[in-house]
Amino acid sequence: MGLAAIVVLNGLTLAALYFIVASGFSLIFGLMRVVNMAHGSLYLVAGYVGYRVFEPLYDADVWWAWYAGLAAGIAFAAVIGALLQALLLSWMQGQELRQALVTIGVSIIVADQVLAVFGGTPRQFFAPDAIFGSTQVPLVGGYPTFRLVQIAVALGVGIGLWLLLNRTRLGMMIRAGVDDREMLGACGVNVPVVGVAVFALGAALCGLGGVIGSTAQPLALGQDGRFLLISLVVVIVGGMGSVTGTAVGAVLVGLAEQIGQALFPTYSVILTFVIMATVLALRPQGILGRG
Amino acid sequence: MTTRLTRRAALLGTGGLAAAAAGFPAPAIAQRAPIRLGGLTTLEGPFATGGQDAYRTVQMELERIDYTVGGRRIEFIRESSNAQADVALARARKLIEQDNVDIILGPLSGAEGIALRDYSRTLTGRTIVNGSSGAADTTLRNPSPNFFRFNTDGTQWMAGLGSHVYNNLNIRDVAVTAGDYAFPYAQVFGFNIEFCRLGGRVTHYWAPLGTTDFSAQVAQINRSDAGAIVIVHGGTDGLAFMTQYAQAGGQKPLIAGSIMADQTMLAARGPHRRVMIGMVSSGPIADVIDDPDWREFVERYRRRWLNEGGFPSPSIHAVNYATNLWGILGALRAVDGDLSNNQAAFQRALAAQQFKAPTGANVKLDHNRQAISDIFLNRVEERDGRAQVVAFGRTAQVNQTLGVPEAQFLALGSPSRDNPGCVRPS
Amino acid sequence: MAERAARWLIVAALLALPWLLPMILPPHQAQFWTANVFGRAIVFGIIALSLTFLATYGGFISLAQMMIAGTAGYTVAIFVDGAVPAIVGGLSYAAAVPLGLAAATLMGLLVGAIAVRTRDIYLLMITLALAMGVFRFVETNIAWFNGYEGIRNVVGPRLFGYDFRNAYVFYYAALAVAGLLYGGVLYLVRTPFGLVLQGIRDNARRVAALGYSVALHRILAFGVAGFIAGAGGVLATIYNIGISPGSIGLGATVNILIMSVIGGLGHPIGAFIGALIFVVFDTFAADLYDRDRFNTLIGLVFLAIVLVSPDGMVGVGARLRRLLGVRHAAA
Repeated sequence: MGLAAIVVLNGLTLAALYFIVASGFSLIFGLMRVVNMAHGSLYLVAGYVGYRVFEPLYDADVWWAWYAGLAAGIAFAAVIGALLQALLLSWMQGQELRQALVTIGVSIIVADQVLAVFGGTPRQFFAPDAIFGSTQVPLVGGYPTFRLVQIAVALGVGIGLWLLLNRTRLGMMIRAGVDDREMLGACGVNVPVVGVAVFALGAALCGLGGVIGSTAQPLALGQDGRFLLISLVVVIVGGMGSVTGTAVGAVLVGLAEQIGQALFPTYSVILTFVIMATVLALRPQGILGRG
Repeated sequence: MTTRLTRRAALLGTGGLAAAAAGFPAPAIAQRAPIRLGGLTTLEGPFATGGQDAYRTVQMELERIDYTVGGRRIEFIRESSNAQADVALARARKLIEQDNVDIILGPLSGAEGIALRDYSRTLTGRTIVNGSSGAADTTLRNPSPNFFRFNTDGTQWMAGLGSHVYNNLNIRDVAVTAGDYAFPYAQVFGFNIEFCRLGGRVTHYWAPLGTTDFSAQVAQINRSDAGAIVIVHGGTDGLAFMTQYAQAGGQKPLIAGSIMADQTMLAARGPHRRVMIGMVSSGPIADVIDDPDWREFVERYRRRWLNEGGFPSPSIHAVNYATNLWGILGALRAVDGDLSNNQAAFQRALAAQQFKAPTGANVKLDHNRQAISDIFLNRVEERDGRAQVVAFGRTAQVNQTLGVPEAQFLALGSPSRDNPGCVRPS
Repeated sequence: MAERAARWLIVAALLALPWLLPMILPPHQAQFWTANVFGRAIVFGIIALSLTFLATYGGFISLAQMMIAGTAGYTVAIFVDGAVPAIVGGLSYAAAVPLGLAAATLMGLLVGAIAVRTRDIYLLMITLALAMGVFRFVETNIAWFNGYEGIRNVVGPRLFGYDFRNAYVFYYAALAVAGLLYGGVLYLVRTPFGLVLQGIRDNARRVAALGYSVALHRILAFGVAGFIAGAGGVLATIYNIGISPGSIGLGATVNILIMSVIGGLGHPIGAFIGALIFVVFDTFAADLYDRDRFNTLIGLVFLAIVLVSPDGMVGVGARLRRLLGVRHAAA
């Protein structure tokens, strides 16, 4: 019983991390129709840059070291995302395949440069004392506090995105853009600026995921591929460009991974892909995607 | 920033370095054609840190002899792979067929080693000397006459640990958590052979390579009545396990495989370092070994590399590459640089090499051209304000079958998940 | 008239060149170039051909082709006698290789079936996800794939009394396979099947209205591409004396895409041009440039091609020809 509860809770905390990372991917895809193959690289870069800022502060015993690392990671990812859109992708708007290829090229270069600049040593953030250690959870017992924080952050991101999309002017523009980009431009909205903003926001979410993820799990080369794959699967399963869909996809994938690992470790990977293939066969647009 | 050396830079650089290496006798002027030594290690992908460190010691040791041995100059040609067998093979082929090297020093990881062993069998008049790869089968089963290994393998590295846990720590019951692939199999096998033979009981927890979430496993282990945890994971998997163990507030004594207590692991910061103090492990090196040869080697390494990206103390890969290079250099000295007659005399000299490794361990080769050497029992201690791996014991002259007669050892079969080496005394 | 004859002569010379290369090259270089550069380029080229075939005539960019090639490679490694470790074993190459090709074709059909209702970037995403899923599975499964270490010692058959491990035997065998597959592709696109496929690429609705099954043709195209990739996968596995998960990982998958894009997605020959350029870069990067930063170099080249000439080197060639043609006419 206790073990089952742990597995489910693990699945949910993992889902929370997947949601944070994939929501940025989904957002960019939703408005920009860009499959950002460099999304995993943003995770990696945010983690390493954040760590660069975090480490000396941590050594100096500053309580806000982790928060500074978090801010640096998010900011750096956002800048890279904005530059990616402004410099490379904006002038091939509509050529979706070509844009995807450009982001693949960027991801190759970024992964190699991360190795060059930061070396290959795995890193991991210390969470601040307030959220380190373990908390008593009913049915489960002592459970790492930081993982519970992960769920809270994911809920915050989810609610924040929902409010942004449904209650603000920017959100209206984004939703209008999903439906009809030309019309949005014709209404006098500066579409390129909105595009850069969306890219920066999506990348920032990925950066948030990068630092949070690298506090819960080690940060190492190869994580870029892993989180790109997770973003792809989550968005394919949940539905392209839908925040709720992304949440549903993340929960399904996170639970499947943990339950699979507990029940049949060497075949657990298959479970995730069976889910994906089933969803594609029944609803090619994803569970909550629009047809 | 690490120094990167292209072949051209290596050739240009040697002149200047000769002047820098004052204090060494001036080399005899080499008149014969240079010996071409190809280096192969991993400079791309997740294992790049180990590969970079390996080339540091190789470069350092070649500089020390001013790229000259047995009256011949050594031309060192660097290649790199990404720890994948097919890439390593392509690079080795390039070294042999295009760069025309006489000897290859490499590779770094297990699957690459087996691929190069197979390739070496197709060669005549060329020799491959291992870099740091440690799969047992590379030399134990179907060995190749052209493949030599002066470093010990993953199973050998566990020598002495099982009996230490049973006899000195008085622990009868352990939980082994290990990666579900060949290297951890070999290490678990080495531990179990000793531990189970003495009567110890082992529960295994396997996790696929690349597992980042161990919390369910940690919970299971913490609830079990195991007296200690033996952790045999590599790289980030190990880091993830230790971090989550620390987060869950684990209290059991920790015993570790050889690549858990490595500088790459200790250099990574994080919660895991708190629980690593006091952890016992075994392996071919430690940061602190009470041996003058080792102190001298570490001192030299630090002088040369500490300001150029080196670790506080050379890593396991760096030491393995240096050991294998010493084997090559010793044999070249013995034959006076003579590689004629399809390297027959050179290969005989290699097989007959007996020397002290940088760690002070005695090295010689068995009939499969595999090292028999000393293994250290280590403990992680806080010294000079940082975590260091300190050797407190030494098992002398460990052979590839851990003292079990070879036929009997081979009959146990290859280590695997279903064959973890736990043979109970009958 | 003379011009036409000259053109045929050039084509004939180009066709003959690969066969004569081992004889033209200086003797001490010949083995290296045939085995390590051209041989490797041909093997990669075949796998990339399966991608350019789909891209050129079907309009889909599939990132699953390396994984499909690996399916064939793994099937051979699992079933053939002498592989280490022996998973199933017992079959000769004469039996294991067709089995591998069948497995790749089936995997191709399966990928096609899963992705049949998607297009463009969706297809790209789904095929990549499938490829990485298989990779992760292979990497973590010991019982069938020997996990991370992979399966070794797939040395290849003896062919008419010649050992496949001989560099020239391998080279000519790979060249023959590549020639047959390339010719097969050019033939296939002129058959009714090929024409329908191109019709679907240009306007699926119209083809459907004519009574053809769009889905069936698309799935079959993936099956054909699977067969081609499988042939490349078998050759690659024999070339590497075995196969490990790294051969089908993200890096390998992206490399096939890089080759196809550098060569040009608009014509099947682009696969071989791209593969040759890639392999030459890959082999000599250590001499030309810092080996350690090879991926940055190849990434920049790839990016430059995508930004400047989306149709790759084939496109550059076509543009040059047009330029020269214009000048010719002006003169």
